[in-house]
Amino acid sequence: MARILVQEAAFDMAAETAAATAGRVDVGGVASFVGICRADDGLSALVLEHYPGMTERAIARIAAEAESRWPLTACTVIHRHGRILPGEPIVLVLTASSHRAAALEACAFLIDWLKTKAPFWKREEFASGTHRWVEAKAEDDTAAARWTGAA
Amino acid sequence: MRVLYFAWLRQKVGTAEEEVSPPAEVRDVAGLIAWLAVRSPSHAAAFADPRQVRAAVNQDFATPDHPVAANDEIAFFPPVTGG
Repeated sequence: MARILVQEAAFDMAAETAAATAGRVDVGGVASFVGICRADDGLSALVLEHYPGMTERAIARIAAEAESRWPLTACTVIHRHGRILPGEPIVLVLTASSHRAAALEACAFLIDWLKTKAPFWKREEFASGTHRWVEAKAEDDTAAARWTGAA
Repeated sequence: MRVLYFAWLRQKVGTAEEEVSPPAEVRDVAGLIAWLAVRSPSHAAAFADPRQVRAAVNQDFATPDHPVAANDEIAFFPPVTGG
């Protein structure tokens, strides 16, 4: 059963990693991805909007898909919403398995599908006072499509 | 029928949520978009480019031909950009 959190607060990566292996001796590797807010083009903040209810549901479905494809001993997804400053973390994906390939592949799969199948929208705020909604990228669709299968 | 808007669709329509009672001939997501789009100039602006609009019915992504019914929660939003 995956651990899924959608929250405004930052997360503690060390604590999440420790929790993924606590009390077990069958874990051979932990893979993780942390998405971080960049300060491109003078960006001063990212504001993430989401669809409460559907967001958790969509992430749970993506995580269940990962757990059905790879033999994971732990699967954690923490996605923040609200106002996030450059340098701050946005999302954590953490997977554990007996062997590295499953952990690494599942981690890559999860972030690829999160980008295209979880209802979040990023708005960029700039130091100049302007803002704009981030547009979906074709390369994200391509990345998600390489794990072909039903959504 | 409860209709929710997110991101720039919310800004263009000017509300996050509204209750609507479309006529019986509105049977699917595409029909609902066509009916909503003529409700006000704000709605028309939000739905001006249907290729940029995605939908969910009862919190699951839905295609334009997905049926809609009186008690459904329908959401409209741009392509997602999380992660």
